[in-house]
Amino acid sequence: MRNRSQLSLFVVQVFVASLMIALVGRLFYLQIADGPRYQEAALDIQSRDIVTPALRGLIVDNEGNLLATNKAGLMVTADRSVLDKQQDRGVAVLTRVASVLKLNYYDIYARTRLCGELPEGDRNGCWNGNRYQPIPITKEATENQVLTILEQSDLFPGIGAEPVSIRYYPSYAGERATHVLGYLGPITEADLNNEDGKRYYRNELIGKAGIEIVYDQAMRGTAGVRTVIVDRKEAVTQESRNNPATPGNHVILNINAKLQAAVEQELKNSVLRARGMGYRGDSGAAIVLDIKTGGVLAMASYPDYDLNIWENGITVKQAKDLYSLKTGVPALSRAIQGTFAPASTFKVISLAAAVDAGYSLKDTYQCPAQVQIGTRVFRNFDSKAAGRINMTTAMAISCDSIWYQIAYDEWVRDGGLKPKSSPNDYFFKSAAGFGVGEKTGIDLPSELKGRLPNRDWKAGWYEKNKDFYCNYEKRAKKSQLTAYLIELARENCLDGDKVRAGDMVNFSIGQGDTLMTPLQMAVLYSAIANGGKLIVPQIAKAIVEPSGKVVQTFTPQVKGTLPIEKSTLKFLQNSLRAVVTSGTAQGAFAGVGVEISGKTGTGQVFGRNLDGSSKDDTSWFASYAPSKKPQYAVVMMVSQGGFGASTSGVGVRKIYEHIFGTNGQVAIFPNGIPSELPKIDASKGSLS
Amino acid sequence: MTLTYNRSGRERRGLFSGSDRIMNSAVLLLLFLGIILVYAATRDWFSSNGLDPEYYLKRQVINVIIGIALAYGTTLIDYRLLRAYTPIVWGVGVLGLIAVLIPGLGSTVNGARSWISFPGGFQIQPAELAKISIIIGMALILSERVAGEDEPTDRQVLQSLGVAAFPVLLIVLQPDLGTVLIIAACVITMIAVSGARMRWVIGLLVTGIAGAYLAVASGEVSEYQLNRLRSFVDPSADPQASGYQLRQARITIGSGGFFGKGLFDGPQTNGRFVPEQHTDFIFTVAGEEIGFLGAGLILVLYMIILMRAFSIARRTTDLFGRMVCVGVIAWFSFQIFENIGMTMGLMPMTGVPLPFLSYGGSSMFANMIGIGLLQNVYQRTR
Repeated sequence: MRNRSQLSLFVVQVFVASLMIALVGRLFYLQIADGPRYQEAALDIQSRDIVTPALRGLIVDNEGNLLATNKAGLMVTADRSVLDKQQDRGVAVLTRVASVLKLNYYDIYARTRLCGELPEGDRNGCWNGNRYQPIPITKEATENQVLTILEQSDLFPGIGAEPVSIRYYPSYAGERATHVLGYLGPITEADLNNEDGKRYYRNELIGKAGIEIVYDQAMRGTAGVRTVIVDRKEAVTQESRNNPATPGNHVILNINAKLQAAVEQELKNSVLRARGMGYRGDSGAAIVLDIKTGGVLAMASYPDYDLNIWENGITVKQAKDLYSLKTGVPALSRAIQGTFAPASTFKVISLAAAVDAGYSLKDTYQCPAQVQIGTRVFRNFDSKAAGRINMTTAMAISCDSIWYQIAYDEWVRDGGLKPKSSPNDYFFKSAAGFGVGEKTGIDLPSELKGRLPNRDWKAGWYEKNKDFYCNYEKRAKKSQLTAYLIELARENCLDGDKVRAGDMVNFSIGQGDTLMTPLQMAVLYSAIANGGKLIVPQIAKAIVEPSGKVVQTFTPQVKGTLPIEKSTLKFLQNSLRAVVTSGTAQGAFAGVGVEISGKTGTGQVFGRNLDGSSKDDTSWFASYAPSKKPQYAVVMMVSQGGFGASTSGVGVRKIYEHIFGTNGQVAIFPNGIPSELPKIDASKGSLS
Repeated sequence: MTLTYNRSGRERRGLFSGSDRIMNSAVLLLLFLGIILVYAATRDWFSSNGLDPEYYLKRQVINVIIGIALAYGTTLIDYRLLRAYTPIVWGVGVLGLIAVLIPGLGSTVNGARSWISFPGGFQIQPAELAKISIIIGMALILSERVAGEDEPTDRQVLQSLGVAAFPVLLIVLQPDLGTVLIIAACVITMIAVSGARMRWVIGLLVTGIAGAYLAVASGEVSEYQLNRLRSFVDPSADPQASGYQLRQARITIGSGGFFGKGLFDGPQTNGRFVPEQHTDFIFTVAGEEIGFLGAGLILVLYMIILMRAFSIARRTTDLFGRMVCVGVIAWFSFQIFENIGMTMGLMPMTGVPLPFLSYGGSSMFANMIGIGLLQNVYQRTR
């Protein structure tokens, strides 16, 4: 009876039993077979790493004065994931924040945008980190401002506040050292992806420029990590690991804060002096090196800016100004990134080349007002003839026409426009031996190497530009279609791959395509002063632990020797002294109170300013002192600063007065350059 | 004849004497485990919020006591007498479902208007009790036999479908998709076991699947339910909401391992990573805290209850009793499979409680009445 019903019942029973068995099987799979994976996933969900960034090491000068330190700040942050969920995407909230913090709304808006979110070309002040970390709005909120925000949290969704340590550059002696010290910024995705093999955490900061980036690993220490088990609402239920933070090491620099302040001041004065004389004076650099160690005692670049803007929350205007041509691009370090024609300061190299080529230093040479080479006339400086003079005088009065003749003769000997297969190239080889076209190797990022316009460079240049010059009338702008430029283009197209007579002649007086940084110049003059050693300039002197234990001392690295005989060097040194006693720099250094040797340089610059005016000359002065027992090399360069002597020469003189304490100044190193490492007063390290 | 059975029922002295002891033991053990798990799911949460950690424990104990009383009460009246009351039982169920749709009476939880709130925080879910109405109503119709026939007529099948269709329609309006699915499973199973022709069973299966497809395609299913469905297909589709819940549920169960993390010691449970862990997701608490051993035991207990129910259904010669049993079996087994399958990622997410374990009054009462019905049939089978 009811067979079908019984059968159906049986089928259903089998079906239900198999459902239950399926559940048991699935349970087995989840808990036993795949259990370990889920256990790990669970741990991942429940544990949180709370990262406490380590206290960053200090940067101190060679007397132990603080150049960079840490202070307590109150940070107000924005959580973009919450702000974006607001109906107006956070506009109202940020407006309220702006009014509480008394900041500009647009600055806060830009500061809380990822750089990629803003239109290209309008990314000033943007957030360089990522969306998933709280974005700092300010680190210098007052307690009242923070309380206002925290007490009305419903009005400020996504806005948080926490105490932080902020990097602070105290300007102990009035120095800024903008381009030396650098600054900090947020960790980037590349950092997080371990691309340099080091573990970073999102809420840490990292060096972005200068010493802060070069010695970042030494100063950053190890972040503290506390791992806790949390619930779904992120409330902590237990602690599973607690590694406290290890503070970072301190970096002692060769820089001296007082000297740095003085050099910055004198550089600025020199720029202003140039402007007073009617030159544009757009920028400049000044460097003081310890000629024996390569230690950088001061390095200034004008214009500069206050480094504290980075941690205080940079405004859109500040960020724009850093790279604006109108403000002189303060972000750029002229000392290592500004490349200029070295002009007459280069003649020390030409002298060495002439000796190599067999010219006697005992002979006298004609210094005419002008020299005709081919169809072109090359004039002496000021078009004055000086008659037959010896080489020392030639250096002192900075005769150009002697070099025109020697360079031209050597060029002809090397085969002229049809160069020999292995030309002597005395000038190019000498320049290479003096470090032209090669980075000095200073411990700062983004150093430029300048340019040594030798035959290889010429050939390379031609490859890149022949299309332009050979089709000049089609490619050039209308304003460039002058008879002279068209002729020049024709020549360039014809034999632009060759070193021409004019190139060689210009090269011999440091003009033409030759470019050097002020730091290269300082290293070169140091080498002349120290007997011929090209020493790698070094900003940092040592790294020490917070306990005072020395981790590393940076010993001088000699990277080359000047390709020059002892006697020639001696001759050079005497000639450079003559420049100051009886030559072009005589007036600028009269009564300085210390024996100085140096060389002026007044470099012609081609090209035009933004307003269409032609560019003023580059003012150089490269020197060392005391002449008999040298200790310091000082170089100043003022772009569009006019004459070498009156702008930079005077500036360098003032710097020496600070160093030696002459003419009413207080000597910065009355006992010489400190060689011992200073003690670091740890209590100074935590300004709060 | 019915009266003698009835009398003999009343003559029994012990509370459960004469009932299926194995089934009773399994149910009682599950109820006990449920109380413990509800406590484990809510203890830390409540105490950390400064509330009475035993709040849910106490309420669940009361639910269980009422449930046992209802089950016992259900065994007292001979089930065959229920036939007479069937229209009333069905009518009451439908009235409850209508009431829940009236604004002001019904309240909305998780997107479904499924609850009637009473003063004092007491809520009932009419759909739970409507399942019983439908099962009894269908059993009544499908067990009628025209003389000499071995199977229900087409007319009877259609009538029984009508009995189910009206309350189902009301539940769709809430909408409570999980309950609709379980009722659909009950309907098809009951019609299959009633001896109706295979074409009915196959036809209903096809209609059910097509209906579900059409409901999704035509937008009758709300966005909320669609998201649940999507996250079943692709757990990363909606990581913050239902996908999150399903992923967390799987991880919570999986992390329990063989022995579990220990009762009250599950970090996932205590951290409340799985929402609704004292109600629909109670099985995750078992999985994490008492491991494969405990969660497996729960599955075995369900298996025992269901297999005992099958044997009751098989032994009874009364077609109405059998149909009631089959209805209850289908209801329990699909609800268990849907709920536990959902927590382990075998089934899409629907809001159905786990019989005997989940916290909650209505489902507890309905389930216990279901047990009462099974025992009632058992007791009257000789």
